[in-house]
Amino acid sequence: MRKQFVKTVEDLVNQDKRLVVLLGDIGVFGFRNSFTVHPDRVYNIGILEQATISLAAGLAKTDLIPVVHTIAPFIVERSLEQIKVDFAFQKLGGNFVSVGASYDYAALGATHHCPADVGILKNIPGMEIVIPGTAEEFDTLFRQSYNNGNPTYFRLSERVNAESQKVTFGKAQVIKKGKKATVLAVGPMLKNVLLAAKKEDVTVLHYTTLSPFDSKTLKNNAVGNKVLICEPYYEGALALDVLNTFPDTAVEIAHAGMPKRFLSKYGMAEDHDKDLGMTAEVIKKKLKKLING
Amino acid sequence: MAARTNELRLSIVQASFLSNEGHIPSAFSILDILLVLYDKVLHYNPKKPSDPKRDRFILSKGHGSLGLYAVLADKGFFAKKHLKSFGQFESILGGHPDSLKVPGIEVSTGSLGHGFPTAVGMALGLKITKNKAGVYVLIGDGESNEGTVWESALLANHHKLDNLVCIVDHNHSTDRAVSIGDMTVKFKAFGWVAVTVNGHDQKEIYRALKTPHSGKPLAIVAETIKGYGSTVMLNNPAWHHKTPTKEEYAEIVKEWL
Repeated sequence: MRKQFVKTVEDLVNQDKRLVVLLGDIGVFGFRNSFTVHPDRVYNIGILEQATISLAAGLAKTDLIPVVHTIAPFIVERSLEQIKVDFAFQKLGGNFVSVGASYDYAALGATHHCPADVGILKNIPGMEIVIPGTAEEFDTLFRQSYNNGNPTYFRLSERVNAESQKVTFGKAQVIKKGKKATVLAVGPMLKNVLLAAKKEDVTVLHYTTLSPFDSKTLKNNAVGNKVLICEPYYEGALALDVLNTFPDTAVEIAHAGMPKRFLSKYGMAEDHDKDLGMTAEVIKKKLKKLING
Repeated sequence: MAARTNELRLSIVQASFLSNEGHIPSAFSILDILLVLYDKVLHYNPKKPSDPKRDRFILSKGHGSLGLYAVLADKGFFAKKHLKSFGQFESILGGHPDSLKVPGIEVSTGSLGHGFPTAVGMALGLKITKNKAGVYVLIGDGESNEGTVWESALLANHHKLDNLVCIVDHNHSTDRAVSIGDMTVKFKAFGWVAVTVNGHDQKEIYRALKTPHSGKPLAIVAETIKGYGSTVMLNNPAWHHKTPTKEEYAEIVKEWL
Protein backbone atom coordinates (compact mmCIF):
# COMPACT_ATOMS: atom_id res chain seq x y z
CA MET A 1 0.00 0.00 0.00
CA ARG A 2 2.90 2.33 0.73
CA LYS A 3 4.32 1.84 -2.75
CA GLN A 4 0.91 2.72 -4.14
CA PHE A 5 0.88 5.85 -1.99
CA VAL A 6 4.14 6.97 -3.62
CA LYS A 7 2.85 6.07 -7.09
CA THR A 8 -0.49 7.84 -6.64
CA VAL A 9 0.97 10.96 -5.09
CA GLU A 10 3.80 11.19 -7.64
CA ASP A 11 1.23 11.02 -10.39
CA LEU A 12 -0.92 13.71 -8.78
CA VAL A 13 2.08 15.98 -8.11
CA ASN A 14 2.72 15.89 -11.85
CA GLN A 15 -0.89 16.75 -12.62
CA ASP A 16 -1.86 19.18 -9.87
CA LYS A 17 0.40 22.16 -9.24
CA ARG A 18 -1.30 22.81 -5.90
CA LEU A 19 -0.05 19.58 -4.34
CA VAL A 20 2.87 19.86 -1.88
CA VAL A 21 4.39 16.76 -0.25
CA LEU A 22 5.98 16.96 3.22
CA LEU A 23 7.81 13.80 4.34
CA GLY A 24 8.80 13.43 7.98
CA ASP A 25 12.13 11.92 6.96
CA ILE A 26 10.46 8.66 5.93
CA GLY A 27 9.57 7.45 2.45
CA VAL A 28 12.41 9.58 1.14
CA PHE A 29 13.83 6.90 -1.12
CA GLY A 30 10.39 6.28 -2.59
CA PHE A 31 10.03 9.92 -3.62
CA ARG A 32 13.62 10.25 -4.90
CA ASN A 33 12.50 11.12 -8.43
CA SER A 34 9.98 13.72 -7.30
CA PHE A 35 12.62 15.58 -5.28
CA THR A 36 14.42 16.19 -8.54
CA VAL A 37 11.42 16.90 -10.76
CA HIS A 38 9.53 19.06 -8.24
CA PRO A 39 12.06 20.45 -5.75
CA ASP A 40 9.67 23.26 -4.89
CA ARG A 41 6.77 20.95 -4.03
CA VAL A 42 8.25 17.75 -2.61
CA TYR A 43 10.20 18.12 0.64
CA ASN A 44 11.88 15.94 3.20
CA ILE A 45 10.74 18.41 5.82
CA GLY A 46 12.51 16.76 8.74
CA ILE A 47 11.62 15.25 12.08
CA LEU A 48 9.53 18.04 13.58
CA GLU A 49 5.99 16.89 13.23
CA GLN A 50 4.18 19.59 15.18
CA ALA A 51 5.67 22.43 13.16
CA THR A 52 5.17 20.39 10.01
CA ILE A 53 1.41 20.16 10.52
CA SER A 54 1.17 23.90 11.24
CA LEU A 55 3.40 24.64 8.26
CA ALA A 56 1.09 22.50 6.14
CA ALA A 57 -1.83 24.63 7.37
CA GLY A 58 0.10 27.70 6.23
CA LEU A 59 0.51 26.13 2.80
CA ALA A 60 -3.24 25.48 2.73
CA LYS A 61 -3.80 29.15 3.52
CA THR A 62 -1.97 29.99 0.30
CA ASP A 63 -4.35 27.69 -1.65
CA LEU A 64 -1.95 24.76 -1.85
CA ILE A 65 -2.89 21.18 -0.95
CA PRO A 66 -0.48 19.62 1.55
CA VAL A 67 0.18 15.91 1.91
CA VAL A 68 1.98 15.10 5.15
CA HIS A 69 3.46 11.64 5.55
CA THR A 70 5.06 9.98 8.53
CA ILE A 71 4.51 7.23 11.10
CA ALA A 72 1.04 7.20 12.67
CA PRO A 73 1.81 8.19 16.31
CA PHE A 74 3.88 11.16 15.19
CA ILE A 75 1.08 12.55 13.05
CA VAL A 76 -1.92 11.78 15.20
CA GLU A 77 -0.73 11.75 18.77
CA ARG A 78 2.22 14.14 18.79
CA SER A 79 0.57 16.66 16.48
CA LEU A 80 -3.03 16.26 17.49
CA GLU A 81 -3.58 19.85 18.55
CA GLN A 82 -2.08 21.12 15.30
CA ILE A 83 -4.53 18.96 13.32
CA LYS A 84 -7.39 20.12 15.52
CA VAL A 85 -6.70 23.88 15.65
CA ASP A 86 -4.72 24.58 12.50
CA PHE A 87 -6.76 22.40 10.14
CA ALA A 88 -10.13 21.28 11.46
CA PHE A 89 -11.06 24.41 13.46
CA GLN A 90 -10.01 26.67 10.61
CA LYS A 91 -11.69 24.44 8.00
CA LEU A 92 -8.55 23.96 5.94
CA GLY A 93 -7.95 21.14 3.51
CA GLY A 94 -4.99 18.80 3.91
CA ASN A 95 -3.99 15.16 3.77
CA PHE A 96 -2.27 13.20 6.51
CA VAL A 97 -1.03 9.81 5.38
CA SER A 98 0.31 7.49 8.05
CA VAL A 99 2.21 4.23 8.03
CA GLY A 100 2.58 1.90 10.98
CA ALA A 101 -1.10 1.20 11.47
CA SER A 102 -1.83 -0.15 14.97
CA TYR A 103 1.06 -2.62 15.46
CA ASP A 104 2.35 -2.98 11.90
CA TYR A 105 5.75 -2.01 13.33
CA ALA A 106 5.47 -4.80 15.88
CA ALA A 107 9.18 -5.32 16.46
CA LEU A 108 9.83 -1.61 17.02
CA GLY A 109 7.76 -1.65 20.18
CA ALA A 110 4.96 0.42 21.67
CA THR A 111 6.48 3.83 20.86
CA HIS A 112 5.81 3.07 17.20
CA HIS A 113 2.34 1.60 17.64
CA CYS A 114 -0.78 3.69 17.15
CA PRO A 115 -4.01 1.79 17.66
CA ALA A 116 -5.72 4.85 19.21
CA ASP A 117 -5.55 6.99 16.07
CA VAL A 118 -9.06 6.47 14.79
CA GLY A 119 -10.73 6.86 18.19
CA ILE A 120 -8.80 10.07 18.75
CA LEU A 121 -9.50 11.61 15.36
CA LYS A 122 -13.16 10.66 15.58
CA ASN A 123 -13.42 13.37 18.22
CA ILE A 124 -12.35 16.17 15.89
CA PRO A 125 -15.33 17.75 14.13
CA GLY A 126 -14.90 17.83 10.35
CA MET A 127 -11.98 15.39 10.32
CA GLU A 128 -12.22 12.75 7.62
CA ILE A 129 -10.80 9.28 8.25
CA VAL A 130 -10.02 6.77 5.51
CA ILE A 131 -8.73 3.20 5.92
CA PRO A 132 -8.29 1.50 2.56
CA GLY A 133 -8.35 -2.29 2.44
CA THR A 134 -5.91 -2.60 -0.47
CA ALA A 135 -3.41 -0.51 -2.44
CA GLU A 136 -5.88 -0.13 -5.27
CA GLU A 137 -8.52 1.11 -2.86
CA PHE A 138 -6.06 3.69 -1.54
CA ASP A 139 -5.51 4.97 -5.06
CA THR A 140 -9.23 5.34 -5.69
CA LEU A 141 -10.05 6.92 -2.33
CA PHE A 142 -7.12 9.35 -2.38
CA ARG A 143 -7.88 10.57 -5.88
CA GLN A 144 -11.52 11.08 -4.95
CA SER A 145 -10.88 13.13 -1.85
CA TYR A 146 -7.39 14.69 -1.67
CA ASN A 147 -8.63 18.04 -2.94
CA ASN A 148 -12.04 18.22 -1.27
CA GLY A 149 -11.04 21.06 1.06
CA ASN A 150 -11.26 19.02 4.27
CA PRO A 151 -8.59 17.58 6.55
CA THR A 152 -8.34 13.87 5.76
CA TYR A 153 -6.43 11.12 7.51
CA PHE A 154 -5.39 8.15 5.39
CA ARG A 155 -4.25 5.08 7.29
CA LEU A 156 -1.95 2.83 5.28
CA SER A 157 -1.76 -0.81 6.38
CA GLU A 158 0.97 -3.40 5.80
CA ARG A 159 -1.54 -6.24 5.63
CA VAL A 160 -4.26 -5.95 3.01
CA ASN A 161 -7.35 -7.76 1.76
CA ALA A 162 -7.10 -10.46 -0.91
CA GLU A 163 -9.29 -8.53 -3.32
CA SER A 164 -10.10 -4.88 -3.88
CA GLN A 165 -13.65 -3.64 -3.61
CA LYS A 166 -15.28 -1.00 -5.75
CA VAL A 167 -14.87 1.71 -3.16
CA THR A 168 -16.22 5.24 -3.10
CA PHE A 169 -15.16 7.92 -0.64
CA GLY A 170 -17.86 8.37 2.02
CA LYS A 171 -19.71 5.16 1.10
CA ALA A 172 -19.74 1.67 2.55
CA GLN A 173 -20.00 -1.34 0.25
CA VAL A 174 -22.45 -4.20 0.67
CA ILE A 175 -20.31 -7.34 0.34
CA LYS A 176 -22.86 -9.92 1.27
CA LYS A 177 -26.50 -10.02 2.36
CA GLY A 178 -27.86 -12.21 5.16
CA LYS A 179 -30.58 -12.30 7.81
CA LYS A 180 -29.16 -12.95 11.26
CA ALA A 181 -26.74 -10.10 11.95
CA THR A 182 -24.82 -7.26 10.35
CA VAL A 183 -21.03 -7.24 10.29
CA LEU A 184 -19.03 -4.06 9.70
CA ALA A 185 -15.55 -4.78 8.36
CA VAL A 186 -13.21 -1.80 8.49
CA GLY A 187 -10.53 -1.60 5.78
CA PRO A 188 -8.16 -4.57 5.94
CA MET A 189 -10.39 -6.45 8.38
CA LEU A 190 -12.52 -7.60 5.47
CA LYS A 191 -10.17 -10.50 4.74
CA ASN A 192 -10.72 -12.13 8.15
CA VAL A 193 -14.38 -11.13 8.26
CA LEU A 194 -15.07 -12.96 4.99
CA LEU A 195 -13.32 -16.07 6.31
CA ALA A 196 -15.29 -15.87 9.55
CA ALA A 197 -18.63 -15.17 7.90
CA LYS A 198 -18.27 -17.60 4.98
CA LYS A 199 -20.92 -20.02 6.20
CA GLU A 200 -22.92 -17.54 8.26
CA ASP A 201 -26.23 -16.00 7.24
CA VAL A 202 -25.14 -12.41 7.85
CA THR A 203 -24.86 -9.12 6.03
CA VAL A 204 -21.29 -7.86 5.58
CA LEU A 205 -20.57 -4.19 4.97
CA HIS A 206 -17.12 -2.89 4.11
CA TYR A 207 -16.19 0.53 5.51
CA THR A 208 -13.16 2.39 4.17
CA THR A 209 -14.37 5.89 5.07
CA LEU A 210 -15.00 6.10 8.80
CA SER A 211 -15.65 9.84 8.93
CA PRO A 212 -18.00 10.93 7.57
CA PHE A 213 -19.74 7.71 8.57
CA ASP A 214 -22.10 6.24 6.00
CA SER A 215 -25.18 5.68 8.16
CA LYS A 216 -27.43 5.34 5.15
CA THR A 217 -25.88 2.12 3.86
CA LEU A 218 -25.96 0.63 7.34
CA LYS A 219 -29.57 1.64 7.90
CA ASN A 220 -30.72 0.35 4.52
CA ASN A 221 -28.94 -2.98 4.80
CA ALA A 222 -28.95 -3.85 8.49
CA VAL A 223 -30.79 -6.98 9.49
CA GLY A 224 -32.29 -7.41 12.94
CA ASN A 225 -30.64 -5.48 15.73
CA LYS A 226 -27.37 -7.34 16.07
CA VAL A 227 -24.18 -5.67 14.84
CA LEU A 228 -20.59 -6.91 14.98
CA ILE A 229 -18.00 -4.18 14.42
CA CYS A 230 -14.63 -5.46 13.25
CA GLU A 231 -11.97 -2.74 13.61
CA PRO A 232 -8.19 -3.01 13.11
CA TYR A 233 -7.48 -0.48 15.90
CA TYR A 234 -8.69 0.00 19.49
CA GLU A 235 -12.24 -1.29 19.38
CA GLY A 236 -15.17 1.03 19.95
CA ALA A 237 -14.40 3.94 17.62
CA LEU A 238 -17.49 3.30 15.47
CA ALA A 239 -19.88 2.32 18.27
CA LEU A 240 -21.54 5.72 18.55
CA ASP A 241 -21.98 5.98 14.78
CA VAL A 242 -23.75 2.63 14.79
CA LEU A 243 -25.96 3.56 17.74
CA ASN A 244 -26.84 6.92 16.18
CA THR A 245 -27.88 5.14 12.99
CA PHE A 246 -30.73 3.52 14.91
CA PRO A 247 -31.95 6.22 17.32
CA ASP A 248 -35.23 4.43 18.12
CA THR A 249 -33.97 0.87 18.32
CA ALA A 250 -32.04 -1.02 20.96
CA VAL A 251 -29.00 -2.38 19.13
CA GLU A 252 -26.83 -5.19 20.40
CA ILE A 253 -23.25 -4.40 19.48
CA ALA A 254 -20.32 -6.80 19.67
CA HIS A 255 -16.74 -5.81 18.96
CA ALA A 256 -13.91 -7.63 17.24
CA GLY A 257 -11.16 -5.07 17.46
CA MET A 258 -7.95 -4.45 19.28
CA PRO A 259 -8.27 -4.45 23.08
CA LYS A 260 -7.06 -1.26 24.79
CA ARG A 261 -3.64 -2.16 26.09
CA PHE A 262 0.02 -1.49 25.34
CA LEU A 263 1.89 -4.26 23.56
CA SER A 264 5.00 -5.13 25.50
CA LYS A 265 6.22 -7.84 23.15
CA TYR A 266 7.87 -7.59 19.74
CA GLY A 267 7.95 -10.18 16.94
CA MET A 268 5.73 -9.99 13.88
CA ALA A 269 2.32 -8.37 13.57
CA GLU A 270 0.90 -11.84 13.05
CA ASP A 271 2.19 -12.86 16.50
CA HIS A 272 0.20 -10.03 18.01
CA ASP A 273 -2.87 -10.95 15.95
CA LYS A 274 -2.95 -14.27 17.77
CA ASP A 275 -2.14 -12.74 21.13
CA LEU A 276 -4.87 -10.10 20.76
CA GLY A 277 -7.50 -12.30 19.16
CA MET A 278 -7.39 -10.41 15.86
CA THR A 279 -8.02 -13.57 13.82
CA ALA A 280 -10.76 -15.02 11.67
CA GLU A 281 -11.32 -17.73 14.27
CA VAL A 282 -12.00 -15.23 17.05
CA ILE A 283 -14.24 -13.14 14.81
CA LYS A 284 -16.18 -16.30 13.96
CA LYS A 285 -16.64 -17.13 17.65
CA LYS A 286 -17.85 -13.62 18.42
CA LEU A 287 -20.21 -13.73 15.47
CA LYS A 288 -21.72 -17.05 16.52
CA LYS A 289 -22.13 -15.80 20.07
CA LEU A 290 -23.87 -12.66 18.81
CA ILE A 291 -26.20 -14.65 16.54
CA ASN A 292 -27.04 -17.36 19.03
CA GLY A 293 -27.30 -15.06 22.01
CA MET B 1 0.52 60.32 17.67
CA ALA B 2 0.24 60.00 21.44
CA ALA B 3 -3.41 61.02 21.36
CA ARG B 4 -4.22 58.32 18.81
CA THR B 5 -2.31 55.67 20.73
CA ASN B 6 -4.12 56.65 23.91
CA GLU B 7 -7.43 56.46 22.08
CA LEU B 8 -6.60 52.89 21.09
CA ARG B 9 -5.57 52.06 24.66
CA LEU B 10 -8.86 53.45 25.86
CA SER B 11 -10.81 51.28 23.42
CA ILE B 12 -8.85 48.21 24.57
CA VAL B 13 -9.53 48.83 28.26
CA GLN B 14 -13.15 49.68 27.55
CA ALA B 15 -13.66 46.41 25.61
CA SER B 16 -12.11 44.45 28.45
CA PHE B 17 -14.15 46.29 31.08
CA LEU B 18 -17.44 45.70 29.24
CA SER B 19 -16.80 42.00 28.67
CA ASN B 20 -14.96 41.21 31.90
CA GLU B 21 -12.38 39.41 29.74
CA GLY B 22 -9.08 40.07 27.98
CA HIS B 23 -5.33 40.35 28.44
CA ILE B 24 -4.82 44.12 28.56
CA PRO B 25 -1.07 44.32 29.37
CA SER B 26 -0.25 41.91 26.54
CA ALA B 27 -2.25 44.09 24.16
CA PHE B 28 -0.40 47.16 25.37
CA SER B 29 3.07 45.69 24.98
CA ILE B 30 2.49 45.07 21.25
CA LEU B 31 0.60 48.24 20.38
CA ASP B 32 3.55 50.27 19.07
CA ILE B 33 4.69 47.32 16.96
CA LEU B 34 1.22 46.92 15.46
CA LEU B 35 0.95 50.61 14.69
CA VAL B 36 4.24 50.67 12.81
CA LEU B 37 3.26 47.58 10.83
CA TYR B 38 -0.23 48.76 9.90
CA ASP B 39 0.68 52.44 9.44
CA LYS B 40 3.89 52.11 7.49
CA VAL B 41 4.94 48.61 6.48
CA LEU B 42 2.17 46.18 5.54
CA HIS B 43 0.47 46.36 2.15
CA TYR B 44 -3.25 45.72 2.50
CA ASN B 45 -6.70 46.89 1.59
CA PRO B 46 -9.14 46.64 4.51
CA LYS B 47 -12.00 46.38 2.03
CA LYS B 48 -10.34 43.37 0.38
CA PRO B 49 -8.92 41.43 3.33
CA SER B 50 -8.42 38.30 1.19
CA ASP B 51 -6.58 40.05 -1.64
CA PRO B 52 -3.91 37.51 -2.74
CA LYS B 53 -1.32 40.30 -3.01
CA ARG B 54 -1.70 41.48 0.59
CA ASP B 55 1.06 41.13 3.13
CA ARG B 56 0.07 38.70 5.88
CA PHE B 57 0.25 39.48 9.59
CA ILE B 58 -0.16 36.68 12.12
CA LEU B 59 -0.57 37.33 15.83
CA SER B 60 0.89 34.09 17.10
CA LYS B 61 0.50 35.24 20.72
CA GLY B 62 -3.25 35.32 20.25
CA HIS B 63 -3.98 36.54 23.77
CA GLY B 64 -2.85 39.98 22.62
CA SER B 65 -5.98 40.05 20.44
CA LEU B 66 -7.41 43.23 21.94
CA GLY B 67 -4.44 45.20 20.62
CA LEU B 68 -4.87 43.80 17.13
CA TYR B 69 -8.64 44.27 17.15
CA ALA B 70 -8.23 47.92 18.11
CA VAL B 71 -5.78 48.51 15.25
CA LEU B 72 -7.84 46.55 12.69
CA ALA B 73 -10.96 48.52 13.64
CA ASP B 74 -8.97 51.77 13.43
CA LYS B 75 -7.87 50.78 9.92
CA GLY B 76 -11.40 49.95 8.79
CA PHE B 77 -11.29 46.16 8.57
CA PHE B 78 -14.51 46.15 10.60
CA ALA B 79 -16.70 48.69 12.38
CA LYS B 80 -15.42 50.05 15.69
CA LYS B 81 -18.74 49.16 17.35
CA HIS B 82 -17.60 45.52 17.36
CA LEU B 83 -14.98 46.36 19.99
CA LYS B 84 -17.74 46.97 22.52
CA SER B 85 -19.09 43.47 21.89
CA PHE B 86 -15.72 41.82 22.64
CA GLY B 87 -16.19 38.44 24.28
CA GLN B 88 -19.99 38.51 24.04
CA PHE B 89 -21.87 35.38 22.94
CA GLU B 90 -22.54 36.51 19.36
CA SER B 91 -19.49 38.75 18.95
CA ILE B 92 -17.02 38.24 16.12
CA LEU B 93 -14.28 39.24 18.55
CA GLY B 94 -13.26 36.56 21.04
CA GLY B 95 -10.51 36.37 23.60
CA HIS B 96 -8.38 34.82 20.88
CA PRO B 97 -8.70 35.79 17.20
CA ASP B 98 -10.72 33.65 14.78
CA SER B 99 -9.72 33.71 11.11
CA LEU B 100 -13.18 32.57 10.03
CA LYS B 101 -14.95 35.44 11.79
CA VAL B 102 -12.78 38.54 11.77
CA PRO B 103 -11.73 40.37 8.59
CA GLY B 104 -7.97 40.87 8.72
CA ILE B 105 -7.26 37.91 10.99
CA GLU B 106 -5.11 35.53 8.96
CA VAL B 107 -4.76 32.66 11.43
CA SER B 108 -6.81 31.52 14.42
CA THR B 109 -4.39 31.58 17.30
CA GLY B 110 -4.50 31.27 21.06
CA SER B 111 -2.80 27.96 21.61
CA LEU B 112 0.78 29.19 21.70
CA GLY B 113 3.31 27.92 19.20
CA HIS B 114 0.90 27.47 16.28
CA GLY B 115 0.94 30.86 14.54
CA PHE B 116 4.69 30.93 13.91
CA PRO B 117 4.97 27.60 12.05
CA THR B 118 1.76 28.45 10.17
CA ALA B 119 3.43 31.71 9.12
CA VAL B 120 6.45 29.72 7.94
CA GLY B 121 4.09 27.61 5.83
CA MET B 122 2.45 30.72 4.41
CA ALA B 123 5.85 32.19 3.54
CA LEU B 124 6.87 28.93 1.86
CA GLY B 125 3.52 28.76 0.09
CA LEU B 126 3.93 32.30 -1.23
CA LYS B 127 7.39 31.36 -2.54
CA ILE B 128 6.00 28.23 -4.23
CA THR B 129 3.20 30.21 -5.88
CA LYS B 130 5.62 33.01 -6.81
CA ASN B 131 3.65 35.57 -4.82
CA LYS B 132 5.84 38.47 -3.67
CA ALA B 133 3.80 39.34 -0.58
CA GLY B 134 5.50 39.27 2.82
CA VAL B 135 4.60 37.41 6.01
CA TYR B 136 4.97 39.06 9.42
CA VAL B 137 4.45 37.07 12.59
CA LEU B 138 4.43 38.35 16.16
CA ILE B 139 5.33 35.88 18.90
CA GLY B 140 5.81 36.26 22.65
CA ASP B 141 8.82 35.46 24.76
CA GLY B 142 6.64 33.23 26.93
CA GLU B 143 5.43 31.55 23.76
CA SER B 144 9.05 30.93 22.88
CA ASN B 145 9.16 28.22 25.54
CA GLU B 146 7.28 26.14 22.96
CA GLY B 147 9.41 23.76 20.91
CA THR B 148 7.53 24.65 17.73
CA VAL B 149 8.99 28.17 17.87
CA TRP B 150 12.45 26.74 17.40
CA GLU B 151 11.27 24.13 14.91
CA SER B 152 9.91 27.09 12.94
CA ALA B 153 13.17 28.99 13.24
CA LEU B 154 15.02 25.96 11.89
CA LEU B 155 12.65 25.50 8.94
CA ALA B 156 12.47 29.17 7.96
CA ASN B 157 16.23 29.44 7.69
CA HIS B 158 16.63 26.11 5.91
CA HIS B 159 14.12 27.17 3.26
CA LYS B 160 15.67 30.65 2.96
CA LEU B 161 12.39 32.42 3.67
CA ASP B 162 13.44 36.03 3.22
CA ASN B 163 9.77 36.91 2.83
CA LEU B 164 9.28 36.19 6.54
CA VAL B 165 9.74 38.53 9.50
CA CYS B 166 9.29 37.31 13.05
CA ILE B 167 8.88 39.95 15.74
CA VAL B 168 9.31 38.86 19.33
CA ASP B 169 7.30 40.79 21.89
CA HIS B 170 9.93 40.41 24.58
CA ASN B 171 7.83 41.66 27.48
CA HIS B 172 9.57 39.29 29.87
CA SER B 173 6.52 37.15 30.57
CA THR B 174 8.76 34.14 30.54
CA ASP B 175 11.01 35.44 33.30
CA ARG B 176 8.68 34.07 35.96
CA ALA B 177 9.01 30.55 34.52
CA VAL B 178 11.98 29.84 32.26
CA SER B 179 14.97 32.00 31.53
CA ILE B 180 14.98 32.47 27.77
CA GLY B 181 18.37 34.17 27.54
CA ASP B 182 19.36 36.40 24.64
CA MET B 183 16.78 35.78 21.93
CA THR B 184 18.66 37.79 19.31
CA VAL B 185 21.68 35.54 19.74
CA LYS B 186 19.43 32.50 19.60
CA PHE B 187 17.82 33.55 16.30
CA LYS B 188 21.25 34.33 14.86
CA ALA B 189 22.38 30.86 15.90
CA PHE B 190 19.46 29.49 13.87
CA GLY B 191 20.77 31.37 10.82
CA TRP B 192 18.44 34.35 10.90
CA VAL B 193 19.31 38.01 10.54
CA ALA B 194 18.34 39.27 13.98
CA VAL B 195 18.20 42.70 15.62
CA THR B 196 17.08 44.07 18.97
CA VAL B 197 14.97 47.20 19.33
CA ASN B 198 13.10 49.22 21.89
CA GLY B 199 9.60 47.89 21.25
CA HIS B 200 8.01 51.16 22.25
CA ASP B 201 10.10 53.39 19.98
CA GLN B 202 8.17 53.42 16.72
CA LYS B 203 11.02 54.94 14.67
CA GLU B 204 13.38 52.24 15.90
CA ILE B 205 10.84 49.51 15.11
CA TYR B 206 10.38 50.88 11.59
CA ARG B 207 14.13 50.98 10.95
CA ALA B 208 14.44 47.41 12.18
CA LEU B 209 11.68 46.25 9.83
CA LYS B 210 13.70 47.69 6.94
CA THR B 211 16.81 45.68 7.85
CA PRO B 212 18.17 43.98 4.71
CA HIS B 213 17.86 40.18 4.97
CA SER B 214 18.26 38.79 1.48
CA GLY B 215 18.12 34.99 1.47
CA LYS B 216 17.35 34.83 5.19
CA PRO B 217 14.37 35.41 7.47
CA LEU B 218 14.49 38.44 9.77
CA ALA B 219 13.92 38.36 13.53
CA ILE B 220 13.26 41.54 15.48
CA VAL B 221 13.47 41.13 19.22
CA ALA B 222 11.40 44.02 20.57
CA GLU B 223 12.10 44.86 24.19
CA THR B 224 8.69 45.77 25.56
CA ILE B 225 6.93 46.31 28.85
CA LYS B 226 3.65 44.68 29.76
CA GLY B 227 0.99 47.29 30.35
CA TYR B 228 3.07 50.01 28.68
CA GLY B 229 1.12 53.24 28.53
CA SER B 230 -0.80 52.71 31.76
CA THR B 231 0.67 53.80 35.07
CA VAL B 232 -1.67 51.43 36.88
CA MET B 233 -0.78 48.29 34.91
CA LEU B 234 2.83 48.96 33.94
CA ASN B 235 4.86 45.83 34.63
CA ASN B 236 2.33 44.66 37.20
CA PRO B 237 1.92 40.85 36.90
CA ALA B 238 -1.42 40.99 38.73
CA TRP B 239 -2.93 42.52 35.60
CA HIS B 240 -1.90 39.77 33.13
CA HIS B 241 -5.46 38.41 32.78
CA LYS B 242 -7.34 40.78 35.06
CA THR B 243 -10.20 43.01 34.03
CA PRO B 244 -10.82 46.32 35.75
CA THR B 245 -13.57 47.05 38.25
CA LYS B 246 -15.61 50.19 37.71
CA GLU B 247 -13.32 52.10 40.06
CA GLU B 248 -10.14 50.71 38.47
CA TYR B 249 -11.48 51.49 35.01
CA ALA B 250 -11.99 55.14 35.97
CA GLU B 251 -8.52 55.28 37.51
CA ILE B 252 -6.86 53.68 34.43
CA VAL B 253 -8.52 55.75 31.71
CA LYS B 254 -8.24 59.15 33.39
CA GLU B 255 -4.59 59.52 32.37
CA TRP B 256 -5.61 59.38 28.69
CA LEU B 257 -8.63 61.69 28.82
